[in-house]
This record gives sequence, C-alpha cells and structure tokens, in this order.
Amino acid sequence: MMRALRIIGVTMFILSLWHLLVVLTGLPAFILPSPARVGMALIGNLELIAHHASVTMAEVMIGLLLGAVLGVATAISLAQSPIARVVVRPMMVLSQALPVFALAPVLTLWLGYGLWPKIIMALLIIYFPVTSAFFDGLMQTPRGMLDQAKVMQARPWQIMRHIRIPAAVPALASGLRLAAVYAPIGAIIGEWVGASQGLGYLMLLANGRAKIDLMFAALIVLAVLTLLLHASVDRLCSYVVRRQQA
Amino acid sequence: MSNSPALHFHGSAAIAGTPIFDPLDLDIAAGKWTCLLGASGVGKTTVLRLLAGLGDHIDHVGSIRTSDGQLLAGRISLMAQTDNLMPWLDVFDNIVIGSRLRGDAVDGDRAERLIEQVGLTAHRHKKPNALSGGQRQRVALARTLMEGRPIVLLDEPFSALDAKIRAEMQELAAGLFAGKTVCLITHDPGEAARLGDVIFVMNATGLHSVTPPSSPVIRPYDAPDVLACQGQLLRLLRESS
Repeated sequence: MMRALRIIGVTMFILSLWHLLVVLTGLPAFILPSPARVGMALIGNLELIAHHASVTMAEVMIGLLLGAVLGVATAISLAQSPIARVVVRPMMVLSQALPVFALAPVLTLWLGYGLWPKIIMALLIIYFPVTSAFFDGLMQTPRGMLDQAKVMQARPWQIMRHIRIPAAVPALASGLRLAAVYAPIGAIIGEWVGASQGLGYLMLLANGRAKIDLMFAALIVLAVLTLLLHASVDRLCSYVVRRQQA
Repeated sequence: MSNSPALHFHGSAAIAGTPIFDPLDLDIAAGKWTCLLGASGVGKTTVLRLLAGLGDHIDHVGSIRTSDGQLLAGRISLMAQTDNLMPWLDVFDNIVIGSRLRGDAVDGDRAERLIEQVGLTAHRHKKPNALSGGQRQRVALARTLMEGRPIVLLDEPFSALDAKIRAEMQELAAGLFAGKTVCLITHDPGEAARLGDVIFVMNATGLHSVTPPSSPVIRPYDAPDVLACQGQLLRLLRESS
C-alpha cells in the first residue's frame, strides 16, 4: 500500500514538473506537448497504441527468452571447457566492440520487416550481459565446496550440475535483471530501422506526421512497459533465489 | 576397522617459492586419532591439503605412503572448519551429495540412519541457513560418515563452535569415527589432549611428538592427566613462537 502511494506520488510529481515546464517556457505543443495533451492522445489512440505495444512486447519477450537460454548455454560451455574459453571468449569480446545498433540494418536486410530482426536485436543486446554475469558466477564457486567435491572424486559434469550451476544462480539473476532493461532497447532500434508495427514504428510514424502528442504517448507506454517488465523479472529472480536457499 | 591404513607423510612444502615448512616426518597411526597441533600459519593445513590430494598449488618435495601400499585417492574424506554445505540442498541432500557427485546410486536408508545418529531427524528437510552452527557441523559429520572412507581428515572442524557445542561434537565424532584413521588439525590444546591417541605439536622448529594421557579417547576434559597434557601442549605452543 505504501509502495503504491509512493509510486503515485512520484508520478504526480514528475507530471507536475512537466506541466510547469510547458507553462513556464511556453514551448509550442509540437516541441513539448503538455501532459494533458499527451494523456488525451493516449486515451484517444488506446487501441492503436495497445496493438503496437503488444507487437513490441512480443519481440522483447521472445528475444529475452532466447537470449537468456543462449547466454546460459554459452556460459556453461565456457565454464566447463578451457578450449571453449580460448576460442569463444575472444570472439565474444570482439563482438562487443561492434555496436549492436550497427547490425540492425543488416538484420533487416537479411530477415525482412517482420518480428525476427527485432527479436534478434533484443537477443544480441542481452546475450553478452547474461553470458558474462552467469559465467562469472560459474567461475566463482566457493573453493571449499570444490575441494570437498574433489576429495569425493566427483565427475566434472556432476560438479557443474550439482554445485557450480546452483551456486551461480544469484549471479544469473543479476544478469537477467539487466537483460530485462536492455531487451526493449534492441527491439525498438530494430523497429526504427524497418518495421510496419511496434511502438518504435509508431513513434517514427507519429513524428513524421507531426503528431508529437501521440509520439510522447507511445514513449510513455514504452517506459511503463519496460518498468513493469523489469519489476516482474526482478520479483521472479528474487523469489527463485530466496526459494533456493531457504 | 582393519582396513584403515596408517599414513606416513614425509617432506617439505613451498607455495609459489615461499617455503611453508622444512622437511618433516609425520606418522598417522592406523585406526586411531592423530592430532596435529600448531599455531596459525605454521603449515599444518598445508600438510592436510597434501594428504587430501588438494595440493595442486603446493610444491611438495617428499612422499606420502600408506601402510597397505594402496593409493590414498578415494579412501579419504575431509571435514573442514567451514561446513561447505550447499545452501540450496536440505539436510538429506547435503549428506548424500558425494554419491550424486560421483553419479552413484544414493543409499537413502543409510543416510536416514546417519541423520538419526547425529540427532537431526527433526531437521531432515531443513536447508543449512535454517540450522545453527552446531547443527550444520552435525550435517557435515554425517556427510563425512556417509562417504564410508577409512581415512578421515579433520581441519579444525569444531573451532568455530562455542565451548559447549564443541565438547558435544568432539564426543559425537570420537564415537562415530571409531576404527577409522583420523588426522585432526587443531590449534586447541584441550582438544588435542582429549582426542589424541597420538599428538604432535608443529612449530617453526619442526614436528614434536608429545606423549598423550594414558587413558583411552575420548577423555574427560577435566581429568588431571588431560589438564596436565593440555598445559604441556600450550607451553610447547608458546615456546615455539
């Protein structure tokens, strides 16, 4: 209850500041529309925005899921195999030197205007943080546990399964929390480069037709959805980590 | 337990070029408690790690021999000061972790009996975070017994416990490890005097054998000969530093 009140309070405060800024500076509505105008645009175009938001969120969720699965698999193989570390890791670091944004036109060229280039963008942008966080966790298993396993004559894969992976779950959770914030960035960039649906597309379209209030409405919906996604992933991760150890 | 061999450790050790101890000879008696007493940093844990096969980073010049000539690997279990329980596993699953790690079948009945022997039946489904320090070391004790190995290496397993729990754990361990070849590393003279069939003090000048009290282990902590031995051990520890 207190939490809900705090969120409402902060929202009201930001809206008031925004309104004040519009009133004091006298900026025209095609530069900075007032919160009321944006609110009207939001209500008036609810169906339109909801449709495009659902497309973006589908891209984000699928990208998040695939990126997480791929990141987890990569981290485990890197942690398990020194050869993989020598071969794959430099490639991963190199791939980070290339801005993912720069790949968006190429992906659109290859995969067309549909969902897939956006999903791949979201995937690419979260792949490295997930892999890196989980890999670090896998490499930081408490030494006493590994000593114990060695004296017990454990097999390497069983150590991975019964000790290293469960011990790295909190690290994976922090990677996933980051991923939940990054994934929408990838999807939106994909939509900017070439799309016929999605919030990124809607924003470009609204901008091109000088419907600045609609553009802001789409932007706000995107921000709220990203926050909700982050909060859900955060809750889920905390729950899993708590359940794991208590 | 007739298959518990004696061990003989010989040699010196260094880590990354820094000498840890000069050549020494340590005899660990078959089927008995051998206590290795020493101040922190004297290298007693290094000896134990070498015995446990955990000495990859240690340069050991010397040898480790068993009285029956067989390899040590697979015949040792280890119990350390930190219990090294897996926080995500409950008491039962922590006790059978060795079988799981080897990919062997789990002997659940045996694990249940051990849980009963260490007095944790009521806590069987709890995870380590829900247990006290003493209870956690009981789990570690049961896990060590579950391995069924003839040689047990103990690295100050009771040192983090309060005096009452520590005395109880010593008694429990003495009973449950009977017949096994036990090497206990400790910095507590009282513990060595209570538990040692054979006692060595390790200090900067090397290894010194001390005659233990004549009564069998586990000895009462307040018997005059135990207290006298404890005093003698403390004096040796202090002289050496």
